[in-house]
Amino acid sequence: MSVLATIAAEAVELAQSELPAADQKGIAGAAGAGMAYGLAAIGPGIGIGYLVGQAVQAMARQPESAGTVRTNMFLGIAFTEALALIGFVVFILLKFA
Amino acid sequence: MFGLEYPPIDNLVVWPDALFEGTILGFNKIALISLLAMLIPAAIFFFSKKDLVPRGLQNVAEGAVELVEKEVILPAIGPDGLRYLPLLLSVFLFVFFGNIFEVIPVFQMPANARMANPMFLALMVLVVFTFIGFKYNGAKFFTDIAWPPDVPVGLRPLVGFIELLSTFILRPFGLAVRLFANMLAGHILLVTFGVLCIAVASGWLFPLLALTFPMLVLLTGFEIFVSFLQAFVFALLTAVYIGLSLHPAH
Repeated sequence: MSVLATIAAEAVELAQSELPAADQKGIAGAAGAGMAYGLAAIGPGIGIGYLVGQAVQAMARQPESAGTVRTNMFLGIAFTEALALIGFVVFILLKFA
Repeated sequence: MFGLEYPPIDNLVVWPDALFEGTILGFNKIALISLLAMLIPAAIFFFSKKDLVPRGLQNVAEGAVELVEKEVILPAIGPDGLRYLPLLLSVFLFVFFGNIFEVIPVFQMPANARMANPMFLALMVLVVFTFIGFKYNGAKFFTDIAWPPDVPVGLRPLVGFIELLSTFILRPFGLAVRLFANMLAGHILLVTFGVLCIAVASGWLFPLLALTFPMLVLLTGFEIFVSFLQAFVFALLTAVYIGLSLHPAH
Protein backbone atom coordinates (compact mmCIF):
# COMPACT_ATOMS: atom_id res chain seq x y z
CA MET A 1 0.00 0.00 0.00
CA SER A 2 2.82 2.40 0.79
CA VAL A 3 4.02 2.14 -2.83
CA LEU A 4 0.57 3.10 -4.05
CA ALA A 5 0.45 5.98 -1.59
CA THR A 6 3.86 7.18 -2.80
CA ILE A 7 2.74 7.09 -6.43
CA ALA A 8 -0.44 8.98 -5.56
CA ALA A 9 1.49 11.58 -3.56
CA GLU A 10 3.96 12.04 -6.43
CA ALA A 11 1.11 12.44 -8.90
CA VAL A 12 -0.62 15.03 -6.73
CA GLU A 13 2.65 16.92 -6.24
CA LEU A 14 3.36 16.93 -9.97
CA ALA A 15 -0.20 17.96 -10.74
CA GLN A 16 0.06 20.92 -8.37
CA SER A 17 3.40 22.11 -9.73
CA GLU A 18 3.92 24.78 -12.36
CA LEU A 19 3.26 22.53 -15.39
CA PRO A 20 0.73 23.48 -18.07
CA ALA A 21 -2.85 22.37 -17.41
CA ALA A 22 -2.85 19.72 -20.16
CA ASP A 23 0.25 18.05 -18.69
CA GLN A 24 -1.25 18.09 -15.21
CA LYS A 25 -4.40 16.43 -16.50
CA GLY A 26 -2.30 13.85 -18.33
CA ILE A 27 -0.26 13.04 -15.22
CA ALA A 28 -3.29 12.73 -12.98
CA GLY A 29 -5.05 10.66 -15.64
CA ALA A 30 -2.13 8.28 -16.07
CA ALA A 31 -1.70 7.75 -12.32
CA GLY A 32 -5.43 7.27 -11.84
CA ALA A 33 -5.64 4.94 -14.83
CA GLY A 34 -2.85 2.71 -13.59
CA MET A 35 -4.38 2.51 -10.15
CA ALA A 36 -7.90 1.91 -11.50
CA TYR A 37 -6.84 -1.11 -13.49
CA GLY A 38 -4.51 -2.44 -10.82
CA LEU A 39 -7.14 -2.27 -8.11
CA ALA A 40 -9.86 -3.64 -10.39
CA ALA A 41 -7.73 -6.69 -11.19
CA ILE A 42 -7.23 -7.82 -7.57
CA GLY A 43 -10.74 -9.05 -6.78
CA PRO A 44 -11.49 -10.83 -10.07
CA GLY A 45 -8.01 -12.40 -9.94
CA ILE A 46 -8.74 -14.00 -6.59
CA GLY A 47 -12.27 -14.86 -7.71
CA ILE A 48 -11.31 -16.56 -10.98
CA GLY A 49 -8.50 -18.46 -9.29
CA TYR A 50 -10.81 -19.80 -6.62
CA LEU A 51 -13.53 -20.57 -9.16
CA VAL A 52 -11.33 -22.51 -11.56
CA GLY A 53 -9.64 -24.32 -8.68
CA GLN A 54 -12.98 -25.51 -7.35
CA ALA A 55 -14.12 -26.47 -10.86
CA VAL A 56 -10.97 -28.56 -11.45
CA GLN A 57 -11.49 -30.23 -8.09
CA ALA A 58 -15.08 -31.03 -9.01
CA MET A 59 -14.00 -32.47 -12.37
CA ALA A 60 -11.31 -34.58 -10.70
CA ARG A 61 -13.72 -35.96 -8.15
CA GLN A 62 -16.52 -36.59 -10.62
CA PRO A 63 -15.17 -36.89 -14.17
CA GLU A 64 -18.58 -37.88 -15.55
CA SER A 65 -20.00 -34.41 -14.74
CA ALA A 66 -17.06 -32.59 -16.36
CA GLY A 67 -19.19 -31.20 -19.20
CA THR A 68 -21.69 -29.46 -16.94
CA VAL A 69 -18.98 -28.22 -14.61
CA ARG A 70 -17.02 -26.77 -17.53
CA THR A 71 -20.03 -24.89 -18.91
CA ASN A 72 -20.86 -23.46 -15.49
CA MET A 73 -17.21 -22.60 -14.94
CA PHE A 74 -17.15 -20.50 -18.12
CA LEU A 75 -20.36 -18.80 -17.02
CA GLY A 76 -18.85 -17.94 -13.64
CA ILE A 77 -15.63 -16.74 -15.24
CA ALA A 78 -17.63 -14.53 -17.61
CA PHE A 79 -19.46 -12.85 -14.73
CA THR A 80 -16.36 -12.46 -12.55
CA GLU A 81 -14.19 -11.23 -15.38
CA ALA A 82 -16.66 -8.47 -16.22
CA LEU A 83 -15.48 -6.51 -13.16
CA ALA A 84 -11.86 -6.57 -14.29
CA LEU A 85 -12.90 -5.60 -17.80
CA ILE A 86 -14.89 -2.62 -16.55
CA GLY A 87 -11.69 -1.60 -14.75
CA PHE A 88 -9.86 -1.91 -18.07
CA VAL A 89 -12.45 0.27 -19.80
CA VAL A 90 -12.05 2.88 -17.04
CA PHE A 91 -8.29 2.68 -17.64
CA ILE A 92 -8.75 3.37 -21.35
CA LEU A 93 -11.15 6.23 -20.64
CA LEU A 94 -8.87 7.87 -18.07
CA LYS A 95 -5.73 7.42 -20.13
CA PHE A 96 -6.92 8.31 -23.62
CA ALA A 97 -10.27 10.08 -23.46
CA MET B 1 12.88 3.52 -22.83
CA PHE B 2 14.81 1.78 -25.67
CA GLY B 3 13.50 4.49 -28.00
CA LEU B 4 10.07 2.90 -27.71
CA GLU B 5 7.42 4.99 -29.44
CA TYR B 6 3.96 3.80 -28.66
CA PRO B 7 1.35 4.83 -31.24
CA PRO B 8 -1.61 6.88 -29.98
CA ILE B 9 -4.78 4.87 -29.45
CA ASP B 10 -6.51 6.47 -32.43
CA ASN B 11 -3.97 4.81 -34.72
CA LEU B 12 -4.90 1.41 -33.35
CA VAL B 13 -8.68 1.41 -33.55
CA VAL B 14 -9.85 4.24 -35.84
CA TRP B 15 -9.88 3.49 -39.55
CA PRO B 16 -10.65 6.05 -42.24
CA ASP B 17 -13.57 5.46 -44.57
CA ALA B 18 -12.52 3.82 -47.81
CA LEU B 19 -15.81 4.29 -49.65
CA PHE B 20 -18.56 6.91 -49.36
CA GLU B 21 -16.33 8.99 -47.12
CA GLY B 22 -18.07 11.16 -44.57
CA THR B 23 -21.59 9.98 -45.32
CA ILE B 24 -23.70 7.68 -43.20
CA LEU B 25 -22.78 4.85 -45.59
CA GLY B 26 -19.05 5.24 -44.81
CA PHE B 27 -17.39 1.87 -45.40
CA ASN B 28 -14.17 1.25 -43.49
CA LYS B 29 -12.13 -1.74 -42.39
CA ILE B 30 -14.47 -2.57 -39.50
CA ALA B 31 -17.46 -2.65 -41.85
CA LEU B 32 -15.52 -4.88 -44.26
CA ILE B 33 -14.60 -7.31 -41.45
CA SER B 34 -18.20 -7.35 -40.19
CA LEU B 35 -19.41 -8.09 -43.71
CA LEU B 36 -16.88 -10.93 -44.04
CA ALA B 37 -17.89 -12.25 -40.62
CA MET B 38 -21.41 -12.49 -41.98
CA LEU B 39 -20.47 -13.95 -45.39
CA ILE B 40 -17.88 -16.57 -44.35
CA PRO B 41 -20.20 -18.62 -42.09
CA ALA B 42 -22.96 -18.33 -44.70
CA ALA B 43 -20.55 -19.63 -47.33
CA ILE B 44 -19.41 -22.49 -45.08
CA PHE B 45 -22.99 -23.64 -44.64
CA PHE B 46 -23.96 -22.98 -48.27
CA PHE B 47 -21.08 -24.90 -49.85
CA SER B 48 -20.93 -27.85 -47.45
CA LYS B 49 -22.57 -31.00 -48.82
CA LYS B 50 -25.24 -32.90 -46.94
CA ASP B 51 -23.59 -36.33 -47.10
CA LEU B 52 -24.18 -39.03 -44.53
CA VAL B 53 -20.43 -39.33 -43.92
CA PRO B 54 -19.06 -35.76 -43.58
CA ARG B 55 -15.89 -34.75 -45.41
CA GLY B 56 -13.97 -31.47 -45.57
CA LEU B 57 -16.12 -28.39 -45.16
CA GLN B 58 -19.08 -30.37 -43.91
CA ASN B 59 -17.03 -31.32 -40.83
CA VAL B 60 -16.62 -27.65 -39.97
CA ALA B 61 -20.33 -26.92 -40.36
CA GLU B 62 -21.43 -29.98 -38.40
CA GLY B 63 -18.83 -29.31 -35.71
CA ALA B 64 -20.14 -25.79 -35.19
CA VAL B 65 -23.75 -26.95 -35.01
CA GLU B 66 -22.84 -29.72 -32.60
CA LEU B 67 -20.80 -27.40 -30.38
CA VAL B 68 -23.65 -24.91 -30.02
CA GLU B 69 -26.17 -27.72 -29.52
CA LYS B 70 -24.26 -29.82 -26.97
CA GLU B 71 -22.22 -27.22 -25.08
CA VAL B 72 -24.46 -24.15 -25.20
CA ILE B 73 -28.14 -24.97 -25.60
CA LEU B 74 -28.57 -28.25 -23.70
CA PRO B 75 -26.80 -27.15 -20.48
CA ALA B 76 -28.16 -23.58 -20.52
CA ILE B 77 -31.77 -23.94 -21.71
CA GLY B 78 -32.57 -27.64 -21.99
CA PRO B 79 -34.16 -29.64 -24.80
CA ASP B 80 -36.90 -27.05 -25.41
CA GLY B 81 -34.22 -24.54 -26.35
CA LEU B 82 -33.24 -26.38 -29.53
CA ARG B 83 -35.59 -24.18 -31.56
CA TYR B 84 -33.25 -21.23 -30.85
CA LEU B 85 -30.35 -23.05 -32.52
CA PRO B 86 -30.34 -20.83 -35.67
CA LEU B 87 -30.19 -17.63 -33.60
CA LEU B 88 -27.48 -18.86 -31.23
CA LEU B 89 -25.42 -20.43 -34.03
CA SER B 90 -25.48 -17.21 -36.07
CA VAL B 91 -24.53 -15.13 -33.01
CA PHE B 92 -21.69 -17.51 -32.18
CA LEU B 93 -20.30 -17.61 -35.71
CA PHE B 94 -20.64 -13.87 -36.31
CA VAL B 95 -18.84 -13.02 -33.07
CA PHE B 96 -16.18 -15.67 -33.67
CA PHE B 97 -15.34 -14.56 -37.21
CA GLY B 98 -15.44 -10.93 -36.14
CA ASN B 99 -12.90 -11.77 -33.44
CA ILE B 100 -10.60 -14.06 -35.39
CA PHE B 101 -9.63 -11.27 -37.81
CA GLU B 102 -7.53 -10.01 -34.91
CA VAL B 103 -4.78 -12.49 -35.85
CA ILE B 104 -5.29 -12.77 -39.62
CA PRO B 105 -2.54 -10.88 -41.46
CA VAL B 106 -3.52 -7.80 -43.49
CA PHE B 107 -6.63 -7.31 -41.34
CA GLN B 108 -5.13 -7.56 -37.80
CA MET B 109 -8.14 -5.93 -36.21
CA PRO B 110 -11.06 -7.53 -34.36
CA ALA B 111 -14.34 -6.02 -35.52
CA ASN B 112 -15.64 -6.34 -31.97
CA ALA B 113 -12.98 -4.01 -30.59
CA ARG B 114 -15.22 -1.12 -31.66
CA MET B 115 -18.16 -0.62 -29.35
CA ALA B 116 -20.76 -0.49 -32.16
CA ASN B 117 -20.72 -4.21 -32.92
CA PRO B 118 -20.97 -5.62 -29.37
CA MET B 119 -23.49 -2.94 -28.41
CA PHE B 120 -25.77 -3.76 -31.31
CA LEU B 121 -25.52 -7.50 -30.60
CA ALA B 122 -26.28 -6.92 -26.91
CA LEU B 123 -29.31 -4.77 -27.75
CA MET B 124 -30.51 -7.52 -30.06
CA VAL B 125 -30.15 -10.04 -27.22
CA LEU B 126 -32.13 -7.70 -24.94
CA VAL B 127 -34.96 -7.49 -27.47
CA VAL B 128 -34.91 -11.26 -28.03
CA PHE B 129 -35.09 -12.32 -24.40
CA THR B 130 -37.72 -9.71 -23.52
CA PHE B 131 -39.84 -10.83 -26.48
CA ILE B 132 -39.48 -14.51 -25.56
CA GLY B 133 -40.40 -13.77 -21.95
CA PHE B 134 -43.55 -11.92 -23.02
CA LYS B 135 -44.49 -14.55 -25.56
CA TYR B 136 -44.32 -17.48 -23.14
CA ASN B 137 -45.19 -15.87 -19.80
CA GLY B 138 -47.24 -12.79 -20.64
CA ALA B 139 -47.25 -9.94 -18.13
CA LYS B 140 -46.27 -12.43 -15.40
CA PHE B 141 -42.79 -12.26 -16.93
CA PHE B 142 -42.18 -8.81 -15.41
CA THR B 143 -43.39 -9.66 -11.92
CA ASP B 144 -41.48 -12.95 -11.97
CA ILE B 145 -38.31 -11.12 -12.90
CA ALA B 146 -38.87 -8.36 -10.37
CA TRP B 147 -39.58 -10.61 -7.40
CA PRO B 148 -38.30 -14.11 -6.90
CA PRO B 149 -40.98 -16.20 -5.17
CA ASP B 150 -41.71 -15.53 -1.44
CA VAL B 151 -40.06 -12.13 -1.11
CA PRO B 152 -41.70 -10.22 1.80
CA VAL B 153 -44.10 -7.47 0.65
CA GLY B 154 -42.14 -4.75 2.46
CA LEU B 155 -38.98 -5.54 0.54
CA ARG B 156 -40.65 -5.71 -2.87
CA PRO B 157 -39.97 -2.15 -4.09
CA LEU B 158 -36.26 -2.44 -3.31
CA VAL B 159 -35.83 -5.98 -4.68
CA GLY B 160 -37.93 -5.12 -7.73
CA PHE B 161 -35.85 -2.05 -8.50
CA ILE B 162 -32.56 -3.94 -8.20
CA GLU B 163 -33.74 -6.94 -10.20
CA LEU B 164 -35.25 -4.89 -13.03
CA LEU B 165 -32.11 -2.75 -13.19
CA SER B 166 -29.86 -5.79 -13.32
CA THR B 167 -31.99 -7.55 -15.91
CA PHE B 168 -32.72 -4.79 -18.40
CA ILE B 169 -29.73 -2.46 -17.96
CA LEU B 170 -26.80 -4.38 -16.54
CA ARG B 171 -27.27 -7.57 -18.58
CA PRO B 172 -26.85 -5.97 -22.02
CA PHE B 173 -24.21 -3.59 -20.65
CA GLY B 174 -22.16 -6.45 -19.23
CA LEU B 175 -22.59 -8.51 -22.39
CA ALA B 176 -21.38 -5.69 -24.63
CA VAL B 177 -18.53 -4.50 -22.40
CA ARG B 178 -17.22 -8.03 -21.86
CA LEU B 179 -16.80 -8.70 -25.56
CA PHE B 180 -15.58 -5.20 -26.39
CA ALA B 181 -13.01 -4.95 -23.60
CA ASN B 182 -11.65 -8.45 -24.17
CA MET B 183 -11.04 -7.84 -27.85
CA LEU B 184 -9.65 -4.33 -27.34
CA ALA B 185 -7.31 -5.59 -24.61
CA GLY B 186 -6.10 -8.41 -26.85
CA HIS B 187 -5.55 -6.04 -29.76
CA ILE B 188 -3.58 -3.59 -27.62
CA LEU B 189 -1.54 -6.46 -26.15
CA LEU B 190 -0.54 -7.69 -29.62
CA VAL B 191 0.28 -4.14 -30.76
CA THR B 192 2.39 -3.58 -27.64
CA PHE B 193 4.49 -6.67 -28.26
CA GLY B 194 4.74 -5.92 -31.98
CA VAL B 195 6.00 -2.40 -31.26
CA LEU B 196 8.40 -3.79 -28.64
CA CYS B 197 9.81 -6.33 -31.13
CA ILE B 198 10.40 -3.65 -33.76
CA ALA B 199 12.01 -1.26 -31.26
CA VAL B 200 14.29 -3.96 -29.86
CA ALA B 201 15.28 -5.33 -33.27
CA SER B 202 16.43 -1.99 -34.65
CA GLY B 203 18.89 -1.14 -31.87
CA TRP B 204 21.87 -2.70 -30.12
CA LEU B 205 19.46 -4.61 -27.86
CA PHE B 206 18.55 -7.04 -30.63
CA PRO B 207 19.48 -10.19 -28.60
CA LEU B 208 16.41 -9.36 -26.50
CA LEU B 209 14.39 -10.29 -29.57
CA ALA B 210 14.87 -13.89 -28.45
CA LEU B 211 12.56 -13.05 -25.53
CA THR B 212 10.04 -10.73 -27.14
CA PHE B 213 9.39 -12.53 -30.42
CA PRO B 214 8.43 -15.93 -28.92
CA MET B 215 6.18 -14.02 -26.54
CA LEU B 216 4.47 -12.35 -29.53
CA VAL B 217 3.91 -15.75 -31.13
CA LEU B 218 2.56 -17.22 -27.89
CA LEU B 219 0.23 -14.27 -27.38
CA THR B 220 -1.07 -14.65 -30.94
CA GLY B 221 -1.99 -18.23 -30.09
CA PHE B 222 -3.57 -17.05 -26.86
CA GLU B 223 -5.63 -14.48 -28.75
CA ILE B 224 -6.96 -17.20 -31.08
CA PHE B 225 -8.11 -19.01 -27.93
CA VAL B 226 -9.63 -15.81 -26.51
CA SER B 227 -11.47 -15.13 -29.78
CA PHE B 228 -13.09 -18.53 -29.60
CA LEU B 229 -13.78 -18.31 -25.87
CA GLN B 230 -15.44 -14.91 -26.07
CA ALA B 231 -17.68 -16.03 -28.93
CA PHE B 232 -18.57 -19.13 -26.91
CA VAL B 233 -19.27 -17.09 -23.76
CA PHE B 234 -21.40 -14.62 -25.72
CA ALA B 235 -23.52 -17.45 -27.16
CA LEU B 236 -23.68 -19.17 -23.76
CA LEU B 237 -24.86 -16.04 -21.96
CA THR B 238 -27.44 -15.38 -24.68
CA ALA B 239 -28.71 -18.92 -24.15
CA VAL B 240 -28.78 -18.47 -20.37
CA TYR B 241 -30.80 -15.26 -20.68
CA ILE B 242 -33.23 -16.92 -23.09
CA GLY B 243 -33.54 -19.83 -20.66
CA LEU B 244 -34.26 -17.45 -17.78
CA SER B 245 -36.97 -15.79 -19.89
CA LEU B 246 -38.56 -19.14 -20.72
CA HIS B 247 -38.67 -20.25 -17.08
CA PRO B 248 -38.34 -17.04 -15.04
CA ALA B 249 -39.37 -18.48 -11.66
CA HIS B 250 -36.07 -20.34 -11.23
